[in-house]
Amino acid sequence: MIKKKTQAYQFRPSVFLAGMRDGVPIGLGYLAVAFALGIAAKKAGLTAGQGFIASVLCSASAGEFAGFTLIREGAPYIIMALTTLVINARYLLMSFSLSQRFSPDTPLIHRFFVGSYITDEIFGITIAQKGYVNPWYSYGAILVAVPLWGIGTAAGIVAGSLLPASVVAALGVMLYGMFLCIFIPPARKDRSILLLIVICFGASFAASVLPYIRKLSSGNRTLVLTVLISAAAALIAPRKEEEAHD
Amino acid sequence: MTNTWISILIMWLVTLAIRVLPVTLIRKPIKNQFLRSFLYYVPYVTLAVMTFPAILSVTDNPAAGLLALIAGIIMAWLGADMFLVAGALCGIVLVISLLL
Repeated sequence: MIKKKTQAYQFRPSVFLAGMRDGVPIGLGYLAVAFALGIAAKKAGLTAGQGFIASVLCSASAGEFAGFTLIREGAPYIIMALTTLVINARYLLMSFSLSQRFSPDTPLIHRFFVGSYITDEIFGITIAQKGYVNPWYSYGAILVAVPLWGIGTAAGIVAGSLLPASVVAALGVMLYGMFLCIFIPPARKDRSILLLIVICFGASFAASVLPYIRKLSSGNRTLVLTVLISAAAALIAPRKEEEAHD
Repeated sequence: MTNTWISILIMWLVTLAIRVLPVTLIRKPIKNQFLRSFLYYVPYVTLAVMTFPAILSVTDNPAAGLLALIAGIIMAWLGADMFLVAGALCGIVLVISLLL
């Protein structure tokens, strides 16, 4: 009765600082990759300010990359909305998973703010906490990593016009390196993912050379192929409960 | 012609909705197996589709992109750190473009 119970979501300086510390390596990596993203944003005609704001708000590598490609192509808003929805669909899964990890009494505002900055890395360290998630740990990491993501994007936009074309092209390839690191390691562990990736490469290549289909913008091709191949994979090789958790 | 600010706004609102709706509203796991499986496969498919063949066109020389792709797959397969891979691919493309 007398002793006040400590809440799982309570602010504790040590937790917040631990989050900031863990946000440093994430943020430094973001800085480099966001630079490559900035080069894509530059091609779409974004100013450094626009790139910074887009990155700080969205903080999504593949999602922003696809979005900038669509802006460059002048794609309609509905395509922008659909593509963003599909490409960021993995965050939906992470958000479901995160929802199970807050203590039941955690205020909605904390669920909202931690949820709004789910990225592969921040989600990863957030759910790696023992027991219930303390939002202040995530806030610490977000506060360090997300501004660096925005600064990297803005720097890429600015430097993209200062550096020689060959250097810009070389920096642009970094983003693909990041993508490979997301989908290749699971392919090693799981043959069905390996097969899926081979099919994706083949289908994506075919779509880029086949008549009619190749006239679609690359953003639209990505959207159509993602929906078709993922739906086919889900029908042919449905995941069992425990596998679908990561 | 579309407005860049409106496009960014749409991108942000959709991304935000995806991230916050499940964690704030729905607190039960997804039961539907098709939907679970679909959401599980989407990230791999979308990233693979965006990577190839687009990586071949990062420079005027498709061989540079192809070499970067092969090196990247090998490094990622062996479990190299994401930022090491990104840096290595950048170096490969730069060296090839300087040589040719």
